[in-house]
Amino acid sequence: MATTTETAVGTATEAAKAAAGAAEQSGGGLPNPMHQFEIVRYWHLNLFGFDASFTNSALAMVLAVALITAFILYAMRHKSLVPNRIQSVAEMAYEFVENIVRQTAGEEAMAYFPFVFTLFMFILVSNLLGLINIPGVFAPFTSTSHIVITFAMAAFVFLGVTVIGIAKHGVGFLKLFVPSGVPAVMLVLLVPIEVISYFTRPVSLSVRLFANMMAGHTMLKVFGAFVGALGLAGIAPLLFMVPFTGLEFLVAFLQAYVFAILTCIYLNDALHIHH
Amino acid sequence: MDAHAAKLIGAGIACIALAGAGVGIGNIFGNYLSGALRNPSAAQGQFGNALLGFALAEATGLFGLVMAFIILFAF
Repeated sequence: MATTTETAVGTATEAAKAAAGAAEQSGGGLPNPMHQFEIVRYWHLNLFGFDASFTNSALAMVLAVALITAFILYAMRHKSLVPNRIQSVAEMAYEFVENIVRQTAGEEAMAYFPFVFTLFMFILVSNLLGLINIPGVFAPFTSTSHIVITFAMAAFVFLGVTVIGIAKHGVGFLKLFVPSGVPAVMLVLLVPIEVISYFTRPVSLSVRLFANMMAGHTMLKVFGAFVGALGLAGIAPLLFMVPFTGLEFLVAFLQAYVFAILTCIYLNDALHIHH
Repeated sequence: MDAHAAKLIGAGIACIALAGAGVGIGNIFGNYLSGALRNPSAAQGQFGNALLGFALAEATGLFGLVMAFIILFAF
């Protein structure tokens, strides 16, 4: 008798544990907020041992590039001196980035304007694409919410800026790490700090974009799940969600702006060494 | 204490970093606003810099959040 009760209790505890584990996996009955970042392979492809499958991330990036190209080509098809509505939108985007480059990196940096414009438009459209959801037709995927994508861009900016700086100044580029007007004793401390801060640039540049996108989307998903789970009381999280979705649109634009402006600041450092 | 509980507590502690981001963002916009009230004509030209400061301050807090995510999902 005693043994049967023991086994029964043991099974009950195990069942409870399993149930708790299941509830934990699904976030206590709510949908997992991390599920939206899952990479799905649409077309399997193996190139020389590397997994080069066409994924939903790749689809989002191709879509972003196609949208930008289509928009610019369509808007500029007349190339009239007095722009119509859509042409002036394209010109506004152009002038916005032009102002960033000219004001932060100077006239010389205009040679790199196409690169900064491409970066800005790609990040902006990728961020905004993730916020559009048409149920059943288009599921959002933000390619910039993965550090692989953002770090690739940031590493490219970092390497490019370093190469430009060395090509322009040669060994003089190392003056970037030596602040001027500082006593020699302090240089022992300051030069390592400058070197470390230079090499953390790609990390901070990429993590800023990726963390903003991931945190924003996770938060929206968590509060969105509350709306459904609370029933009638869900109106409270819904009222919270509406302004926060607006804030996410602002963040999507702001992060593209910040990425572009920091690229220009780094370019300025490499082009005009005035430490 | 089992490892799972320690993980959850650690992720919660990592989120304290966001308090610093809150202080920083409040500082930036508070100072921007007080500067803008003193000299409204110069305010428009500095709004871009205020936004840049906002993004830089927010990022440091988000690094803490990323640590929380790494603790929760990567280990």
